[in-house]
Amino acid sequence: MTSSNRRPIYMDYAATTPMDPRVAKKMMQFLTPDGEFGNPASRSHAYGWTAEAAVDEARKQVAALVNANPKEIIWTSGATESDNLAIKGIAHFYGGKNTKKGKHIITSKIEHKAVLDTCRQLEREGYEVTYLDPEPTGLIDLNKLEAAMRDDTILVSIMHVNNELGVIQDIAAIGELTRARGIVFHVDAAQSAGKVDIDLSSMKVDLMSFSAHKIYGPKGMGALYVRRKPRIRLEAQTHGGGHERGMRSGTLATHQIVGMGEAFRIAKEDMAKDQLHVAALRERLYDGVKDLEEVYVNGDMARSVPNIFNISFNYVEGESLIMSLKDLAVSSGSACTSASLEPSYVLRALGRNDELAHSSIRFSIGRFTTEEDVDNAITHVRAAIEKLRALSPLWDMYKEGIDLSQVKWAAH
Amino acid sequence: MAYSDKVLDHYENPRNVGTLEKDDPSVGTGMVGAPACGDVMRLQIKVSDDGIIEEARFKTYGCGSAIASSSLLTEWVKGKSLEEAGQIKNTDLAEELALPPVKIHCSVLAEDAIKAAIEDFRGKVGNKKADASSNADGSNNADGSGKAA
Amino acid sequence: MSVYLDYNATTPLDKRVLDAMMPFLCEQFGNASSGHQSGRIARAAMGVAREQVAALVNAHPSQVIFTSGGTEANNLALKGCAARLTSGHIILSGVEHSSVRSPANVLKKAGWTLDEMGVDADGRLVIENLHTIFSGMSAGSAKILAVMLANNETGVIYDTGPIAALAREFGATLLVDAVQAAGKIPVDFTHSGAQFMSLSAHKIYGPKGAGALIVDKAVDIEPMLNGGGQEKARRAGTENVAAIVGFGKAAELALSELSTRHEQAQMLLHHLETRLHSELPQVCIFGQQADRLPNTSFFALPGLDGETLLMSLDQAGLAVSSGSACATGEVEPSHVLLAMGVSPEHARGAIRVSLGKESRRDEIDSFIDCLKQQVGALQSFAAVACA
Repeated sequence: MTSSNRRPIYMDYAATTPMDPRVAKKMMQFLTPDGEFGNPASRSHAYGWTAEAAVDEARKQVAALVNANPKEIIWTSGATESDNLAIKGIAHFYGGKNTKKGKHIITSKIEHKAVLDTCRQLEREGYEVTYLDPEPTGLIDLNKLEAAMRDDTILVSIMHVNNELGVIQDIAAIGELTRARGIVFHVDAAQSAGKVDIDLSSMKVDLMSFSAHKIYGPKGMGALYVRRKPRIRLEAQTHGGGHERGMRSGTLATHQIVGMGEAFRIAKEDMAKDQLHVAALRERLYDGVKDLEEVYVNGDMARSVPNIFNISFNYVEGESLIMSLKDLAVSSGSACTSASLEPSYVLRALGRNDELAHSSIRFSIGRFTTEEDVDNAITHVRAAIEKLRALSPLWDMYKEGIDLSQVKWAAH
Repeated sequence: MAYSDKVLDHYENPRNVGTLEKDDPSVGTGMVGAPACGDVMRLQIKVSDDGIIEEARFKTYGCGSAIASSSLLTEWVKGKSLEEAGQIKNTDLAEELALPPVKIHCSVLAEDAIKAAIEDFRGKVGNKKADASSNADGSNNADGSGKAA
Repeated sequence: MSVYLDYNATTPLDKRVLDAMMPFLCEQFGNASSGHQSGRIARAAMGVAREQVAALVNAHPSQVIFTSGGTEANNLALKGCAARLTSGHIILSGVEHSSVRSPANVLKKAGWTLDEMGVDADGRLVIENLHTIFSGMSAGSAKILAVMLANNETGVIYDTGPIAALAREFGATLLVDAVQAAGKIPVDFTHSGAQFMSLSAHKIYGPKGAGALIVDKAVDIEPMLNGGGQEKARRAGTENVAAIVGFGKAAELALSELSTRHEQAQMLLHHLETRLHSELPQVCIFGQQADRLPNTSFFALPGLDGETLLMSLDQAGLAVSSGSACATGEVEPSHVLLAMGVSPEHARGAIRVSLGKESRRDEIDSFIDCLKQQVGALQSFAAVACA
């Protein structure tokens, strides 16, 4: 490789974040051989009780960030498991033999794969799923959502903050619609916890998925909020020793739980500061590239979290853009799909044409991003766009005034 | 995915980037691919009176492998007769650049591009013989759709 | 004083494992699914871990699916396998772990027939019993068989060879739960005849939150977690890179130190049981006639309540257990002992001592001394109470 050994500038915080040193420090107490290594389920000795106490403390910390009761927090291995547990758990409980309430689920086309693939699985099991189209801004039209609700609708699953666009859905308003109809409402909050205020005592959200590694905590750790009043019941998906009040069995990974707790505690403390910091950096980044022609912001910037910033550079192909930005760790979509050649399904759902969908870059920044990082990123991006446009026949055609949508392309 | 050194070299320092006068009767233009598929290649050749490719230029919208495939192609066709250039196979390009299986289509596109450029040039010669004026709008539409297989 | 003798519940992290994990907890934090450099580094580290875990049980790296632990691995095997089959018989031994029994019970509710094969008084599987169960089924209806390689409570080891042969004969898919056996005795997936094998990191000095299901490539399973397509679409979710790297290192160490650890544990266990027999002659050690793990001793002292004894031992700084750590505070007697025909009263007095590579002879001695003291106190208390 010709590239230097310098580490690339990390602007992929929406894929994963580095751990906050305070989190790592806390976790170490439960990782070192002379630390607290007990199994929290061990009932017969102090090793177990100490671990259990640490788990309880973390449960309080997670609950505190979203104003929930600690008893409403179920530990999982991550937001993917939380999404699977919430959606399948509700579907199997309310759509199963016992209740027969119905088998209809509503979600949106821009949900995370953990929600979409779970819904596809349920379709194979005989459930019916409505996938709502978002508006071109990325927002869900509440009228369309309401119109999709039926008597046999058992679940609405809408994410709080979209991982590719950063747009914030109005989950408080959606909660009013679902609660009025007795429909369970699940929210994937993997990208919103610690970035947007969440008050589960006032929002009528029944289930909420959280991830630790998106907010400076460890990977392999997540949680599912399960409302107690009114009580939400779901069918467990992982069976065994009856941990987590029977909803999710498996030995609790104490160090990871403690890390998640600490990450949520810090988020509660630093959220306002963090968001001011990234908002200023986003402005700086946008100011640095917006004068390049044919730059399109994806999603509604005014209704987005400032830490996720998705833009398309027209007439430049995404993969070559990423390649020329090798000193910049960014993504052209979610980390799960970056290995595929498909353009982002999220951008497609917004109605973006293929060229724009192909040339999108998601910058996601965070607590440890600096002004210098942003300035360097701007330099790299400008150089890459200029180089690739000089190579692009589409850019030439655009400059010649040819309407590309009128060109008859060869399918291949 | 790791790119081969050759792909990286052509990507970092692409050869023969540029444009030839498409209305020039000695220039053949091939435009293949589609934005929807993520790659569009425009290959132009300038052909001497004795049928030898004197110059080649390309512009490519696409991934690194697509850019490298077209860059390499321009190097290969220079100095070749139309006949020889038309026999370049995508597998040769793919092998030279060590393209992984998911990128083979880039080399296919390059092969399509040279065939389309040759066809465009021959069309112009044919038209000239038929005493027609030069085919000014031939670059995008006809060539783009003509060589789709 | 603090003596930990509950290594079958969980083990402390080996310092060398922690050292291997540290870079991935701190600077190498990339998402293993990301296309950029940090993602590639994480993926490469996972590749190494996959080889290390495969090597521990003589499997191919491509057969390893990383999970969040042993419970998820067992669930994935049973539910994932069952989802691709029409319902039929699922057969378990009577002493399986709850992470096998519970999903099997879920399948039972979904229309499967659950059969249990008994064990003898020493906790050994009765192979004739399994043959009888299979023979009583209509042809082709035997679908899944689950057997642990070593029992977590008694430490009894099962010879899976004849079991696998029967499973093959009757067309059942075999899951071997090797969570407690791996790292303590040699384990060979390739020659086991099993289609699935489950493993856990935190039982072999690796981190909690990581496990694996080893899957024969010829077997089709439905994923439990749908999503981003990780682990070849068989287990979605952002990879827990640090824990997986730790699991890999722990597996590597378990393999290279297997015989040392085995010998040391066996020596200490022999010392423990010799002293138990000579100084508390009323002791009954479960599964003593069976082939057992070198580190596990499960015993009862007649007439003594295990919970009370455990509490007093804990007061004295001795950490042992009454069996599985998974039960959520239940005071039910061990189902393993009941399956062995032990009476509920006797089973309630059971204590499990499980040794680890850090265990020392003086810890065993402290334990026996303390146990004798507590037994004496409880017996005199009981005598007073009766009088």
